[in-house]
Amino acid sequence: MTSPIAGGVDCDLHPAVPHLTSLLPYMNDYWRDQVTTRGMTDLISQSYPLNSPISSRPDWRPAQGKPGSDIADMQRQALDTFGTAYGICNPLYGVQMVFSEDMADAFCRALNDWLVKEWLDKDDRLRGSIVIPVQSIAKAVAEIERCAADKRFVQVLMLVMGDMPLGKRHYWPIYAAAERHGLPIGIHAGSAYHNPPTSVGWGSYHIEDYVAQAQAFQTQLTSLIVEGVFARHPNLKMVMLESGFTWLPPFLWRLHKFWRGVRMETPWVDRAPLEIVRSNIRFSLQPVDAPPEPDTLNRLFDHMQSDELILFSTDYPHWQFDGDDVLPKGLSPDLVRKIMIDNPLATYGRLKVRETTP
Amino acid sequence: MNIQLRDRPEASASTGIKTGIADCDIHPARATKDELYPYLAKRWHAHLETFGVHPYQGMMGGPPYPKAQPNASRRDAYPPEGGKQGSSLSFMQKQLLDPNNVVLGVLNPLDTGQGIRNQDLAGAICSAINDWQIEKWTSKDSRLKGSIVVANEDGVSAAAEIRKRAGDKNFVQVLLLSRNVEPLGQRRYWPIYEAAQEAGLPVGVHAFGFGGNPITASGWPSYYIEEMVGHSQCQQTALASLVLEGVFARFPSLKMVMVEAGFGWAPSLAWRLDKVFDRLHAEVPHLTRKPSEYIRDHIWWTTQPMEDPESRDHLFQTIEWIGWDKLLFATDYPHWDYDEPSRVLPAGVSDANRQAFYLDNAKKLYGIS
Repeated sequence: MTSPIAGGVDCDLHPAVPHLTSLLPYMNDYWRDQVTTRGMTDLISQSYPLNSPISSRPDWRPAQGKPGSDIADMQRQALDTFGTAYGICNPLYGVQMVFSEDMADAFCRALNDWLVKEWLDKDDRLRGSIVIPVQSIAKAVAEIERCAADKRFVQVLMLVMGDMPLGKRHYWPIYAAAERHGLPIGIHAGSAYHNPPTSVGWGSYHIEDYVAQAQAFQTQLTSLIVEGVFARHPNLKMVMLESGFTWLPPFLWRLHKFWRGVRMETPWVDRAPLEIVRSNIRFSLQPVDAPPEPDTLNRLFDHMQSDELILFSTDYPHWQFDGDDVLPKGLSPDLVRKIMIDNPLATYGRLKVRETTP
Repeated sequence: MNIQLRDRPEASASTGIKTGIADCDIHPARATKDELYPYLAKRWHAHLETFGVHPYQGMMGGPPYPKAQPNASRRDAYPPEGGKQGSSLSFMQKQLLDPNNVVLGVLNPLDTGQGIRNQDLAGAICSAINDWQIEKWTSKDSRLKGSIVVANEDGVSAAAEIRKRAGDKNFVQVLLLSRNVEPLGQRRYWPIYEAAQEAGLPVGVHAFGFGGNPITASGWPSYYIEEMVGHSQCQQTALASLVLEGVFARFPSLKMVMVEAGFGWAPSLAWRLDKVFDRLHAEVPHLTRKPSEYIRDHIWWTTQPMEDPESRDHLFQTIEWIGWDKLLFATDYPHWDYDEPSRVLPAGVSDANRQAFYLDNAKKLYGIS
């Protein structure tokens, strides 16, 4: 195995909301009443069924309650084990699936306030992502503005499968707000299920939905690049979370080839897609969709033509690796330092260098 | 700023294959709108004039994303006698088959009954296209072989069409498109695979098609380039569906060809499938092998649009992960993103692998001696 080094940044941790009722203290009277009167159920996404093996590593699964719902478990199993200096919390609660923008807004505000109170206030290694009601651009921007004052929020979180491709101009006010506050946009695996979860329709199985996340990231990357998001917002960083990354080189070969062929269609794309990815796009480490041989993985890193693209992540509590093997075999010490410390600090402008003792 | 020199030698003047090459993706077109009418029952002539084909997309007269070139085709491919690019046998012979020494050309008609909502019309047009392929193309030039097109959303009619053509040496495969009403592994399509396996014919899955689903899992994008790049993501999810639904477990002699969707993504998809299968195999107990093994044994890949990394080593490593025995050279004639046979493979490939890439894999798969 490759040993992790202390002082790293874990860019993908998933604290779980125990139940929708856990958010009631953070809602106003109207929404508290709505939730209880209407008997609303917990917002658990099909993307991560609670008992699915991918939703929690077997030895991280608590005796009761949702995986990732106990901060002491997260501290012991993820933060302490890997000597983490900062851990970025990306709550995957089904607020994006809601169809009403008012309800989504109320739930996002509650979720963000819950994260501050129940997690960020309790461990100063933890940082947060602002979950936004993408159902309304105005409300999403307002929520960014509201939360950005707390410097412990270090990014804005969106799902990879929503209503529209993420490069669409419709979403640009969100990107402008994020850039203004020095917040990267994190795009996480998962679907709002407002569209079929694959581009060829509804599959039969959970495993299909999960495999299809990688293809969804590919189409989003195309959209973000060709719509010109990074020509307009050159300082905006986007982080693909739980996306896989071994698909990136052949994806870019194809995009580059067609961009050369039809770039007259999108003349504002003034740099090659690979250059845009290098300057503006990052990927979380887990899952590593590659065989365990170091030789193959090192070739894949060579195909990526950059050692700055990958950011350390455990994807806690999801089951991506066993034991302490969070880093794939065969990484050089230099690359380990880049992945665990240098690359995340260069990406998340709100994180300051911090030395910790393991 | 660094200037990157592309690690690619000057193209040689030829493919270096003296025995000729196979082109596994040629698109024959109709010169005129009514060229198909002699093969269609009279009732459909009036129907088509009145209602059109009524496909799973909204535009009456063209594609939803305007192409980069007229008919997505080379501007130098208009036949001198007029008509669309790809509609003249003599000009195809002159421009493609003769100068490149193509000894096997696989026809993949795209403008057929596929992606049409009325399944009676879909079946009638597909059958007409199959007759037209014989009469206009394969009976006139023995290098050309047809693909049986079928009403893709109607498994019963599709299987009947395949059985009707089984054993006809004018055809070497059954052709589907990647985008359908449902992912291709779904059981509504199984009669097609059953009939193809019975007839000993590979099933080609060409990138493209209309099934009513947005071309991303996050809705409709804005640009043609997104549709073009997106075909490879559609193909990936279609292939994942075929594997995970157990199509290859149920039809163990079935062979499929991924046409014009790229092949560079295959290793990453197979690794991802294996990794997730390791966690979630309880959900798909009908799979008796790892997903990557089904892909390795059942799938072939046409080469165009050729993967084109800056470093040829990256290309060679990717091909080694897939297998030199699984690639089928294709030009995509007459489309604008045509791959020129002599320029596709960089130097540094062994003679045996070149021979397999350009000709032998295709002859073996399609049963051409």
